[in-house]
Amino acid sequence: MTTMTTIRTTTNQLTFNTIEPGSGLRAALARPSADALRKVESSGLRGRGGAGFPTSLKWELAAKSAGERKYVVCNADEGEPGTFKDRVILADYADLVFEGMTIGAWVIGAAEGIMYLRAEYTYLRPHLEAVLQRRRDAGLLGATVAGQEGFAFDIAIRMGAGAYVCGEETALIESLEGQRGEPRNRPPFPIDTGFMGNPTIVNNVETFAWVTCVLTNGPEWFKSIGTQKSTGRKLFSVSGDCVRPGVYEFPMGITVAELLKEVGGEGAKAVQIGGAAGQCVPAAQFDRTIAYEDIITGGSVIVLGPKRDLLRVSRNFLEFFLEESCGQCTPCREGIPKLLEGVELLQHGRCSMDYLKELCDLGETMQMASKCGLGQSAPNALLSIVEHFQDEILGRVETKRSSAHRERTV
Amino acid sequence: MLLTERERLREELLRLIDQIGRDRSALLPILQEVQRKYFHISEYCMQVIADLLDIHPVEVHSVVSFYSFLDERPQGQFVIRLCRTVTCDMAGKEHLAQQLRNDLQIDFGQTTPDGKFSLGCANCLGMCDQGPALLVNERIYTRVTPEKVHGILAECRQIFGAHATTSPKERRI
Repeated sequence: MTTMTTIRTTTNQLTFNTIEPGSGLRAALARPSADALRKVESSGLRGRGGAGFPTSLKWELAAKSAGERKYVVCNADEGEPGTFKDRVILADYADLVFEGMTIGAWVIGAAEGIMYLRAEYTYLRPHLEAVLQRRRDAGLLGATVAGQEGFAFDIAIRMGAGAYVCGEETALIESLEGQRGEPRNRPPFPIDTGFMGNPTIVNNVETFAWVTCVLTNGPEWFKSIGTQKSTGRKLFSVSGDCVRPGVYEFPMGITVAELLKEVGGEGAKAVQIGGAAGQCVPAAQFDRTIAYEDIITGGSVIVLGPKRDLLRVSRNFLEFFLEESCGQCTPCREGIPKLLEGVELLQHGRCSMDYLKELCDLGETMQMASKCGLGQSAPNALLSIVEHFQDEILGRVETKRSSAHRERTV
Repeated sequence: MLLTERERLREELLRLIDQIGRDRSALLPILQEVQRKYFHISEYCMQVIADLLDIHPVEVHSVVSFYSFLDERPQGQFVIRLCRTVTCDMAGKEHLAQQLRNDLQIDFGQTTPDGKFSLGCANCLGMCDQGPALLVNERIYTRVTPEKVHGILAECRQIFGAHATTSPKERRI
């Protein structure tokens, strides 16, 4: 019952718009699977979900891993606050994603693919199922993919049920197996023991779409863009205090200032890059670059204007993590409420410098000792705000208005 | 619950499981289907599912309690989830929250006495470029202002009137 028009998102010129569905897969199937792997490798493509693991290495390890059954999993559990690029890709370029999964299956030798779609995006499912059916009808999925004898592959969609932590690949696999979405210890990695103990590659929606582009346009094209360690282009979800929020494609290595100019966010006092798990970059550092060698991100860019209360922002993030922590490991489960209490003290103007230092120590302990990325990154936003904005957060004087406002937080 | 109702429900779950599968990885799709139909997953349902999948009921309960889209207590026909994450907050979700409370006469975490609406929060609905956002069951609403709340609720009531098939009594099994 949802009309797609109600969720139109502003975008700039996207490469995905220029790629003809089918061309990447044909290019891959025309040669041995090792050849497609080499192309992905020489493109230098790294995971677009945020972690930045080299895609070809993951695929190579899974291809070499012994196992009768192998799985290709697409992580469509986009839950990082401020991220919505995958929603746009799934709504407008789903073909490229499914094609990237098919190429992945060809490379590692998988017959089954699963897309794990977050529950919040249930309204996209009918559209995605229709695209899958169209691909089956066109012979691009099924018993013999694109006429390639011996290559059978199909994709099923599985729904998430509202858990941010399931965006972590091992938690996602646990969830697919019908368990609580609690991250596993790694190693062993999913490339050895993934879904049902079988070799599995888990990649982000955007990564699969770029694989299709790399196979279509060639690795040289991809490598010629970006920096040496961060090749190619990337999608950014831009929101907050800017004139033109939306999804933007930029080359890797773009500076924060350049990005802000494109989206009409000049004059910002800070930019939260990487969502709740990311860092708060102050205006003085807007010459830094967004790349794997400097600021790593899955694409979430939240522009914070001059009037934004950064404590309110970090409180929002901590409340988010408090709700989404799976509670499995102690640093994360016990640390997050302590940090949140600390932010409340700061809001009341009742936090001593000594206690603030203790909070920062606790944050660093969480970064080191938590089991998965959630707990490791939960303190990031607060720590970077403490580092760059001490003047703003210390010695607050409580006014009637601010205390009334706080009590109303949902 | 009447014995006959229990039997009917058990039969229904058996059919559902035959359709979806009996291995552990089928558990989440089974629970999602029960949630969709009955607006919650009752203790009895959890026991029957555990029995049919040959796992301990605690295992089923631990999964139900983990995911925020699965509920142990009956939810309304329409579950309204307000995005509480940062950009929707910056776009004024507090005002929207207050108007939702006013128009529904309930607070967050509650269900209206007629069983039509439940009010809750969601973490980042992925509509940050057009917040504040609301999810009503599967339907997404963006750039929602307080004065639009009334219209959205009216729209739901209309759908409810046209398609209501389950009675409140049935929902509480």
